[in-house]
Amino acid sequence: MAAQIAPPDSDPAGSGTERTELDRVVIRFAGDSGDGMQLTGDRFTSVSAFFGNDLSTLPDYPAEIRAPAGTLAGVSAFQIHFSDHDILTPGDQPGVLVAMNPAALKANLKDLLPGGLLIVNEDAFDKRNLEKVGYASNPLDDDSLEGYQVTRIPMTKMTIAAVKDSSLNKKEAERSKNMLALGVICWMYGRPLESTIAWLEKKFSKKPDIANANIAALKAGHAFGETAELAAYSVKPAILAPGTYRRITGNQAIAFGLIAASVQSKVPLLLGSYPITPASDILHELSRYKNFGVRTIQAEDEIAAISMAIGASFSGHLGVTTTSGPGLDLKSEALGLAVSLELPLLVIDIQRGGPSTGLPTKTEQSDLLHAMYGRHGESPLPIVASYSPPSCFWAAIEGARLALKYMTPVIILSDGYLANGAEPWRIPAVEKLPQIPVRFASQPNAGEDFWPYLRDETTLARPWAIPGTPGLEHRIGGLEKADGTGNISYDPDNHNLMTLLRQAKIKAIEEDIDPLEWDGDDDAKVLVLGWGSTYGSIGAACRRLRLRGIKVARAHLKHLNPFPKNTGELLSRFDKVIIPEMNMGQLSKLIRADFLIDVISINQVKGLPFRAGDLEAEIERHLS
Amino acid sequence: MSEQDPTGERGITEATGGVSTLTRGDFMSDQEVRWCPGCGDYAILAAVQSVLPSLGIPREKFVFVSGIGCSSRFPYYMNTYGMHSIHGRAPAFATGIATARPDLNVWVVTGDGDGLSIGGNHLIHALRRNVNLKILLFNNQIYGLTKGQYSPTSERGKITKSTPFGSLEAPFNPVSLALAAEATFVARTYDVERKHLPEILRRAAAHRGSAFVEIYQNCNIFNDGAFVGLTGKGGSGNRVYLEHDKPILFGPDNSKGVRMGVDGALEVVNVADVGLEGIMVHDEHHESQSLAYALSRLASGPTMPTPLGVFRDVEHPVYGDGIEHQLRTAAEQQGPGDLSKLLNSGDTWTVG
Ligand code: SF4
Repeated sequence: MAAQIAPPDSDPAGSGTERTELDRVVIRFAGDSGDGMQLTGDRFTSVSAFFGNDLSTLPDYPAEIRAPAGTLAGVSAFQIHFSDHDILTPGDQPGVLVAMNPAALKANLKDLLPGGLLIVNEDAFDKRNLEKVGYASNPLDDDSLEGYQVTRIPMTKMTIAAVKDSSLNKKEAERSKNMLALGVICWMYGRPLESTIAWLEKKFSKKPDIANANIAALKAGHAFGETAELAAYSVKPAILAPGTYRRITGNQAIAFGLIAASVQSKVPLLLGSYPITPASDILHELSRYKNFGVRTIQAEDEIAAISMAIGASFSGHLGVTTTSGPGLDLKSEALGLAVSLELPLLVIDIQRGGPSTGLPTKTEQSDLLHAMYGRHGESPLPIVASYSPPSCFWAAIEGARLALKYMTPVIILSDGYLANGAEPWRIPAVEKLPQIPVRFASQPNAGEDFWPYLRDETTLARPWAIPGTPGLEHRIGGLEKADGTGNISYDPDNHNLMTLLRQAKIKAIEEDIDPLEWDGDDDAKVLVLGWGSTYGSIGAACRRLRLRGIKVARAHLKHLNPFPKNTGELLSRFDKVIIPEMNMGQLSKLIRADFLIDVISINQVKGLPFRAGDLEAEIERHLS
Repeated sequence: MSEQDPTGERGITEATGGVSTLTRGDFMSDQEVRWCPGCGDYAILAAVQSVLPSLGIPREKFVFVSGIGCSSRFPYYMNTYGMHSIHGRAPAFATGIATARPDLNVWVVTGDGDGLSIGGNHLIHALRRNVNLKILLFNNQIYGLTKGQYSPTSERGKITKSTPFGSLEAPFNPVSLALAAEATFVARTYDVERKHLPEILRRAAAHRGSAFVEIYQNCNIFNDGAFVGLTGKGGSGNRVYLEHDKPILFGPDNSKGVRMGVDGALEVVNVADVGLEGIMVHDEHHESQSLAYALSRLASGPTMPTPLGVFRDVEHPVYGDGIEHQLRTAAEQQGPGDLSKLLNSGDTWTVG
């Protein structure tokens, strides 16, 4: 596919148009849920990625599949930040807003930068749509949009005209108006259409009428940009490290990481999963790769999903279950069993706004303490957190490595923003991926007998003896087991010992993970510490502070349990430690408890990532 | 798949030698059995241990999975692979095991509380999927391990610790439930039936797919004699043994039979009154479960004529077979998984 597309350095518009060069742009596409804004944003992302920009995206859509058309509740938006240099976030405020109807305008205008470009589908600004969202007069006609550069385009009419030769009726034809909008934006930013055309032809290969209508609308939008002489810009390719790149979302990266872990360990993968937003895409993705021997079961509920995964782990597979907060609640008891059985298991929690059903499609980092402590009894387990969409690939492999090496369930924390957000990913060479050696027990380990809880002296892992192995028949369960033999034991001292052993096994993992790294000013007195998806916002905020000559350092935790061994020592080097989190201070609590450091919490729970600008101001406030 | 098959790699070989010489003793673990003296579970354990050696399957291929409850201690007493899991979820754990490893012979041991109350959802879905599992439900109509509360199979009005004024709830009929959940093999027997119980276990073991066996089991501590009207000395008149392709007869000298009444419900009649031609002939392979279901409704409790034996035994696609087929087809059509190709799929671009 790549070969047929114009290389990034050719004159993109092909018309010699004079273009104003920009170093970065933030565009938000906003429309009704049915307007195809996610797809429009996704296509523009793909084109920009291929063009060679660095980028970061933020889809923001309602929980309802089809909220009432034209209402504020039904507005779906997709923001993309693309640039000629490396960027860390999807951008605080868009400089360009594409609004397909009055609801989209009303819901998003407050975020548009003063003087920003506003591109509207004027056909949708009729009396009914205006009334639905409480506009007394048409904002396109009064002076309420004075502070912006408004471009009115009759997108609906133009789309219908562009596809009039097709057999589609008016309603069907109208649906292509998102492609018209995409065509306009592609012209404005000098993006070629070929890859989108190829994509449409492939997607609608069985429905050529629809493919042609979309292509006609896309071209009409592009042509409109040129003839109406809309402002033309260019954003050069970013200077990225050499290599082959692709665009990847967090959920896709997790699926790829799991497959990679299976290949690297030669242990087949079994996913038990119950559909839940925003984790379902991992189930969809993994169910496609049967040629890798990946077994997926859509279970009857969250409890069954993790139970199936544990059953698979008992049988010599890498059992995985994917979920979000409400599902993690339900899995708690089975997860405790996995701690007791000491079997490798991955529980992947794509966090979303809580409590309860909360904000299913919005992001939050509020399951950390749940992951840490959300089981009865003393039941420690390792926690790994991804911090960008591509890093989800690493998190899956790292989680699997720990699970298989230490015979333990591992929780991987991602969140809604990482799950759906996309960034360019430098594809790693398979030869460079870590090897994950796994050996199943094949011999008795205690004279003639096999003791399932006789531990490896260094890792404290118990042997993995799988059904089908003659002579190693054994029974394990949730009742306390005697050290070594694994027989049921109610002995008080044994329970104490087993509790200590389970704790020591997890704690010792600190020797086997990367130390906590930091960057920033050598003489900085303040450290900004984060975990998870705040990585980009914290990085951008610190970068801005340092550009202004304010000294600051930052570090980001990728392992939350155990913490890297140097964590306490590193934190103690700074006068102040500031922890921004999309929760009420969960990492702060852990750091305070473990290291007796009085950290400063910055908290936000809006279902959206921190804006770098807000964070910059908040951090600065705490500096003096 | 062979490359990643845990049974193919790392020196674990199919052990076929010694199968025929397995004895009951080979299946007895070194753990002391701790059910109450006189509990019906002992007889069931003995029957299972005596049947397994005759199946021609190596011992290491058996996995016993249970939940929580008296019956769920079962795996500890079997010298096979086993997992004592959490309350109600055994069918889900077992589904994971059987799906990961179709070469294994997976048995679930559950009870009326474990399987029908807290774990009802998993039971019906395992049956619906037709996972290759043998599910033994020990029905004693009481909660034993928690010391005597009513269960989802306790009769209405049951006086227990948690229902001092009598239970207000209608009981489940496990056989009806299994049939309604699309089970492909459904049978009923009872703990002290020395010949029938092993025979039914053998039939269940031979079935490919989910086999559900309800075993009436006496809890002599909290619900003694619950089935005595059927299993006791005077109960022979209530025991209706189902045999495929045979008229459904029971009672002294097979003087009674079952036929379909004019209202469509089954009824018990005197053979002398209606003639042998009027008696229903049992067809356990009938594609529709309607008649099996009707048979399961013949008695509302074990004090009435109660069918025992195989209600239904049909062949349907087995869940694990379907999964293996999809894996094989994918590998044939797309070639075995190539990680580098996967990571480089979709739109890519090169820098530098
Ligand atoms: S309580 Fe009842 S079911 Fe449980 S072991 Fe004792 S007799 Fe058996």
